[in-house]
Amino acid sequence: MSNQEEVMEGSHAVAHAIKGADPEVIAAYPITPQTHIVEKLSQFVADGELDSEYVKVESEFSAMSSCVGSSATGARTYTATSSQGLLLMNEVLYNASGLRLPIVMGVANRALGAPINIWNDHSDSIGVRDAGWIQLYAETNQEALDMSIQAYEIAENQDVMLPTMVCMDGYILTHTYEPVSIPEREEIQDFLSPYEPEHKLDPENPETFGTVGFPRDYTEFRYQQFDAMDNATDVIKQVFDEYSDKFGREQRGLIEEYRTEDADIVLISLGSIMGVVKETVDSLREEGKKIGAIKVRAFRPSPAQELIEAIKGSDVIAVLDKNVSIGKKGALFTELKDELYSSDVNPLAKNFIVGLGGRDVPEDSVKKIAKKAEKAKEHGRVKKEIEFIDLKEVYDND
Amino acid sequence: MREIRIHGRGGQGSVTAAELLAESAFEDGLQAQAFPAFGVERRGAPVKAFARLSEEKIRRRSQIYTPNYVIIQDPTLLGTVDVTEGIQDDGLMIVNTSEDKESVDIETQADLITIDATEIALDILGKPIMNTALLGAFSGATGEVSLEAMQRRVQKRFPGKIGEKNAEVMKKAKKVVEE
Repeated sequence: MSNQEEVMEGSHAVAHAIKGADPEVIAAYPITPQTHIVEKLSQFVADGELDSEYVKVESEFSAMSSCVGSSATGARTYTATSSQGLLLMNEVLYNASGLRLPIVMGVANRALGAPINIWNDHSDSIGVRDAGWIQLYAETNQEALDMSIQAYEIAENQDVMLPTMVCMDGYILTHTYEPVSIPEREEIQDFLSPYEPEHKLDPENPETFGTVGFPRDYTEFRYQQFDAMDNATDVIKQVFDEYSDKFGREQRGLIEEYRTEDADIVLISLGSIMGVVKETVDSLREEGKKIGAIKVRAFRPSPAQELIEAIKGSDVIAVLDKNVSIGKKGALFTELKDELYSSDVNPLAKNFIVGLGGRDVPEDSVKKIAKKAEKAKEHGRVKKEIEFIDLKEVYDND
Repeated sequence: MREIRIHGRGGQGSVTAAELLAESAFEDGLQAQAFPAFGVERRGAPVKAFARLSEEKIRRRSQIYTPNYVIIQDPTLLGTVDVTEGIQDDGLMIVNTSEDKESVDIETQADLITIDATEIALDILGKPIMNTALLGAFSGATGEVSLEAMQRRVQKRFPGKIGEKNAEVMKKAKKVVEE
């Protein structure tokens, strides 16, 4: 098995992984900062290295519509997008999931307008969290490319059959060169089960996809999706384990704990921010602080049960969200807190909104967050539940 | 960990230089990362690119604020961009200019070397594309990355005559800096 690492751009690493997964159809529309992924894939097709039907479309709406069509015929399908592109797909995203089509989509996370902004946050994918797609989030380019392969094995599992987004931070991962190890095509093919859906569009054996769901049946369709997402929890764990064993990785579970054993304070987030979060934990540990971190790999299905288990015994949790629901709070925070209500785990909980529209999150900002969490612990209560970090002074009423 | 910032203008290959630097360092057995200043680049406009080198796996992905090394590809940037920003006192700045270091308009505690990288590029490539010359100079001045790894990487990226000539540019620039 090849475990040779090479330095490569994140987008290209994902394109190589997808090439190995050998999708029969790719339908995509370019948008910054995702473009390099599909550009590379289209080059593979043009050079004859990848035998896919590459469909050039005139919008993201058409891209996802083509994906729905191709996936319904039983073809393994891929697309990728960002930001406004993902929003333009919104209507079709629900169809892809409702039709139970295991499409895999790369999302290069980018902020939403207005004001127009091409830089990273999670507003786009979090904004479509209810569309019935599995959502995986990568911390590194290695994880992004591995997840792009794992996504097919998860999505196409007969107990799941749900489309899957592999989310990677725009620019911060997509445009960064770093060492990655890309499995050989044969190894990827060997890892992935062949895609043989129980139902597909086939002229020899006609079936109907997308009929009306009358009030008599509609609820059951939704219940089945809900149930399938529930099944995805175990399937994801199993696929992550099998992949880690086969390719020598340690990417297991819906979450990853970092120095949480005896931690009073736990920082929780998802995506590429976890690198600096872990570094901050290390430097605060050196100062004798009992602090740890948890990385969330899967946002859908919900990682809440695993999170609750992991934060047992901690005094304060600080959830860092790169998104905010206007009028409410960050998504990871609200969802985790919701689950805590009916559990016997009851730490103080604070939500920090960070890194919107590409604002950098250096170690100093994470230290600031840790300090605020510490203060909550000292006072035994949370004064302000949600705080925007590094706000310009004129707005910071701290 | 060592952090590097490259200043250039759109079209001068700053991003390519950062990428080649990371690739070469990795070949030498270091961990490496390279990324552009995420912006809307236009030809001729000031641009920045970054690299990190380390013995350990690199987890940090925030921007670079206190570089150990700064490479300045275009002397016309000196009046418009704060090229010294955050440079560490024991750091090193490498400037592409025909002037000697005493007459360069930079005030810094860090070490400073100048090299006429454009002249080397014009001489060997026949074009004022000086990013590879500055990489050679970086290798010579810092020893962080070997010339051989850089030469292999540039020839991998630009196969044939162009790669060969750039490898020659690197060697020449390294020699100039070491003299």
